Amino acid sequence: MISKVRPGLEEAVAGIEDGSTVMIGGFGRAGQPVELIDALIAQGAGDLTVVSNNAGNGDLGLAALVGSGRVRKIVCSFPRQSDSYVFDATYRAGEIELELVPQGNLAERIRAAGAGIGAFYTPTGVGTLVAEGKETRTIEGRDYILEYPIRADWALVSAFKADRWGNLVYRKTARNFGPIMAAAARTTVVQVDEVVELGALDPEAVVTPGLFVDRVVAVGERAWMRNGAFVGVSGAAGAAAGAASAPGTAARDAGTRDAGAAA
Amino acid sequence: MSATSGTAAAAGVDLRERRGIGRRELAARIARDIPEGSIVNLGIGAPTLIADALPEGLEIILHTENGMLGMGPAPASGLDDPDLLNAGKQPVTELPGSAYFHHADSFGMMRGGHLDVCVLGAFQVSEHGDLANWHTGAPGAIPAVGGAMDLAIGAKNVFVMTDLLTRDGASKLVASCSYPLTGVGCVSRVYTDRAVFDVTPSGFAVTELFGDTTLDELRALIGLDLADATAGTPPGATAPVTPRGTEPTTPPGTGTAATDAGRASVTPTPSTTQGDDARPTTGSIR
Repeated sequence: MISKVRPGLEEAVAGIEDGSTVMIGGFGRAGQPVELIDALIAQGAGDLTVVSNNAGNGDLGLAALVGSGRVRKIVCSFPRQSDSYVFDATYRAGEIELELVPQGNLAERIRAAGAGIGAFYTPTGVGTLVAEGKETRTIEGRDYILEYPIRADWALVSAFKADRWGNLVYRKTARNFGPIMAAAARTTVVQVDEVVELGALDPEAVVTPGLFVDRVVAVGERAWMRNGAFVGVSGAAGAAAGAASAPGTAARDAGTRDAGAAA
Repeated sequence: MSATSGTAAAAGVDLRERRGIGRRELAARIARDIPEGSIVNLGIGAPTLIADALPEGLEIILHTENGMLGMGPAPASGLDDPDLLNAGKQPVTELPGSAYFHHADSFGMMRGGHLDVCVLGAFQVSEHGDLANWHTGAPGAIPAVGGAMDLAIGAKNVFVMTDLLTRDGASKLVASCSYPLTGVGCVSRVYTDRAVFDVTPSGFAVTELFGDTTLDELRALIGLDLADATAGTPPGATAPVTPRGTEPTTPPGTGTAATDAGRASVTPTPSTTQGDDARPTTGSIR
């Protein structure tokens, strides 16, 4: 019997080595595998290269990992935001290396790794700093630069539901980098709200087939979900959201706290 | 148009004090140039105001780079969904007909030329249509590019929405960008608080003036040759190539034609033939 389900977060991140390259899904906090990141911090691996779209928001999740001093280098498209103060301070202190990649090139380089593409020509970045030192080619009158795949030792991804084979469905824009990162890593670890019975996921709706997934761990429903349906943010979570500059993102924090307590 | 250019040119400081139109007015002006059926990406910041200015009843599909087509407005209070965000990471909603997809598909839509219009902010736009909007290059500045480079080279029509002048009074329209580039030769049109400019093979052409702005004032502020393309599009009557309101069809001869596939061919205005020639609809760069 195939089962990729791990009993807890500690088991889910076991074996991540110092010096690993770790892809971390999410766009801001949507789809960010906060519980897995917390588990990685607890697990202790350091000297990491992290590949993620952003470099952390607020104090939790990716921001906490960056702040922990365990990340030697981050590869991302958009590190600087109103609430990226942890990264900003770490970067200005010279304690983290930044490789900035335009978002579409980041996504395609990750996709290429999972799809077995050796390299590809893209028009994005032609004539800019991004093109410096890169091979260029004119194809049918248009200029392109050569970009190489980004592979990872590990991918940490958040999805909505999984079955024990690792088939995944996502929820709304939380999908973002999940499917391509899952395919680009040697070992892919996925946190989900819920693990359902094999056969319970509509095969037509599976976004990431299980062959891309190695480990699955359930972390419980987020604060804005009940019985698999969106119910909105209310009560304490709503109050927390109101106190933050970006509505909804603080609610994510509140939600992950709730989920963490329930897990 | 009625202000005397002599007075304007003589009062350099006063020029910077004069105002054209506000952000929301400008957003509404840009919205009028977006025909029904368009697939549109609005950059973070001021361009997001355009979403609220799109006329109700028209089917204009908003793309958000983090993986959605058919994005709707902000949710009602208490209904923020942390799994449903826009590119600025603010909560949004889904409209009937919306679709979700992963990041590689989302940026394939851009590079593949599937977006009709994107509207971006800018630090500088050159008279060749080069865009600089991601990095000042200043010491200590932390660069962040996001999806700007992909949008700049991918969308069929790249519009810029910006104040004409920086806070220090410098023109954002320049002969050549001094900041690091986002894209080369990619901008087709610039909407500012003072005027609308098309990028043509011979530089900027002013198609529309706002408020009491005059061409001579603009020339003094920007310091570049500016072609006068306002004749065919006098202020207040410029617009829009596309009928607004609830009419589902587009009359012929307006510069916009919906295809059988329901896609829109966005042609900025009838007066901008040079600009159209300068910029193939594939968004290719040179």
